[in-house]
Amino acid sequence: MANFDITSNVRDGMGPHGTKVGLLRVLGPAHVWALGVGIVLVGEYMGWNFAVGKGGAYAALLACWFAGILYTCVAMIDSEVTSTVAAAGGQYTQAKHIVGPLMAFNVGLYLVFAYTMLEAANAITAGYLVSVVSNMTGYAGTLDQRPFIVLVIMFLAWLNYRGVLATLTFNLVITAVAFAAIIVLFLSTSGILGGGIMQHAALFEGHELPYGWIGVLAAMHFGLWYYLGIEGTTQAAEEVRSPARALPFGTLAGIMTLLIAATLTWYVCSGVLPWEFLGDGVSGSVAPLFDTARLSGSDALVWLLGIGTLFATLASANGCINDASRAWFAMGRDKYLPAWFGAVHPKYRTPYRSILFLVPIALIFALGAPLDQVITFSILSGLLEYTFMPLNIILFRKKWPMGVIKRGYEHPFHPLPAITLLALCAITFFAVFLGYGTQLVAMIGFYIVVSLWFHFRRYRFVDRGAQFTMPWPRPQGY
Amino acid sequence: MAHYKPPVQGKLSQLVDVIVLVALTVGALFVPLWLHMAGSSKTVPAPVASPTWEALGQNAAQAKQYEALGYTPESAHDLILSRFDYSFTFGALVTMIVVIIAYYVLMLKFSEAEYRDVIAEKFGEK
Repeated sequence: MANFDITSNVRDGMGPHGTKVGLLRVLGPAHVWALGVGIVLVGEYMGWNFAVGKGGAYAALLACWFAGILYTCVAMIDSEVTSTVAAAGGQYTQAKHIVGPLMAFNVGLYLVFAYTMLEAANAITAGYLVSVVSNMTGYAGTLDQRPFIVLVIMFLAWLNYRGVLATLTFNLVITAVAFAAIIVLFLSTSGILGGGIMQHAALFEGHELPYGWIGVLAAMHFGLWYYLGIEGTTQAAEEVRSPARALPFGTLAGIMTLLIAATLTWYVCSGVLPWEFLGDGVSGSVAPLFDTARLSGSDALVWLLGIGTLFATLASANGCINDASRAWFAMGRDKYLPAWFGAVHPKYRTPYRSILFLVPIALIFALGAPLDQVITFSILSGLLEYTFMPLNIILFRKKWPMGVIKRGYEHPFHPLPAITLLALCAITFFAVFLGYGTQLVAMIGFYIVVSLWFHFRRYRFVDRGAQFTMPWPRPQGY
Repeated sequence: MAHYKPPVQGKLSQLVDVIVLVALTVGALFVPLWLHMAGSSKTVPAPVASPTWEALGQNAAQAKQYEALGYTPESAHDLILSRFDYSFTFGALVTMIVVIIAYYVLMLKFSEAEYRDVIAEKFGEK
């Protein structure tokens, strides 16, 4: 067994190459939780309700739970691999060591685009929320949301630029507030504290499965939105003090938090809002938890959920900037992308060039594309990534069987989670096909074209052996 | 295996690579939008001429919630009655399946060839 201790403080500030191009190890398990849940929790505040529109309220609940199984598999698999691969880049770095360079390049791009699109969606929602607040406080005109969208992205990019500890401590606080707001709304409206306003039976009457069972399949498309981004905890691998402990703990605690939050969210929203309104995230309910609070008759709940929605969008955008920049930085450091991006700020020890570069990219998407398209682009990138994960873990166990290298966490029942994940990904591809097939094919076309560009042009700049940075023994079968 | 020494990339060449990548990315998102091929738009298959809550299929509880949200039967008409069309052709489904499988096969095949070079250079020839 290789005796490399990935919890060693000796590696603080060092890149996986042993060079000084590394990030600072200052984070703990709570920051990992805040990164994962912070990115995702906005999915409970907006976006998941498109699943209601695709198949009705019951379909959205089934999608919530099946997507929950999908992401539980993702969290288990990710926890094992990333507790061993303690370097920035997350799944990109895993793929580089386990599958091969071209797959790694694709995975890196999945990560960057999934997070950058999600960041754009968050900024759009924050802009919308500001306009709602302006109307609620007496402004009669139509507020221009664009300055607020720009402000959100610029402010959070600045925060990320200044240091990861402050960034994720900020995330920890606002994510906790946003999660507590969901709990308070549930307790206040379900009848546990005071009078309940839930009327599921009456609101579902005559609309149980408006599209039949194909609607349940179609709902899986946006069912991912309940949890999309929890896999982003792996991007902190180079910045946590104890990767072997903090990453599995933070990731698995995160998915448990989200399973609770997603189910409660479905319960309170579907029990108050008619499904047609709830399911239309453009013309109907853009922020369903906020809309539920509006119908509760409590001004305190309206303000709490308004703040919760704003905090959730900020936490998510903040985490997305963190994760996208780490993936971009890691690819630059390996010269999969221009080496200029592989730089660390001399004072703040952040991947500052990658952070700055991705700002205008996020703005292009936030200001130029509709919300559902941005969400779909993000989901598609995530889906391609989740399809890679079962292949990744099967090859990981085959090339380095148990006992050959130290693992911070060993996920149980292998290969059952991998097979389950693959099957659920196949179902979700079909769900995306029902309506967004053109984007799916366009996106895969994009990845094929950039893959050819990487293989025939970009890969010449990559140092072959040096990119394998983990102190592992030779993989079996090679 | 002989050690591969990659060429040093100049600043201009790096800039060109970034521009190419950004152009491809923006194209992947916006070209389907510009060609009006994006998204699954909803249509109203059976409009109601003089909408009432009953005609829109809403019971008393559902109508009450819509009114609390500020809707009237007229303003809620399209929201309530619009539906997705999930019909598809077998050919389109097969095309999607082939594209996805071909993509992953291509990735794994090219990656495997590159990976063997990486391992050979890192650990030496067996």
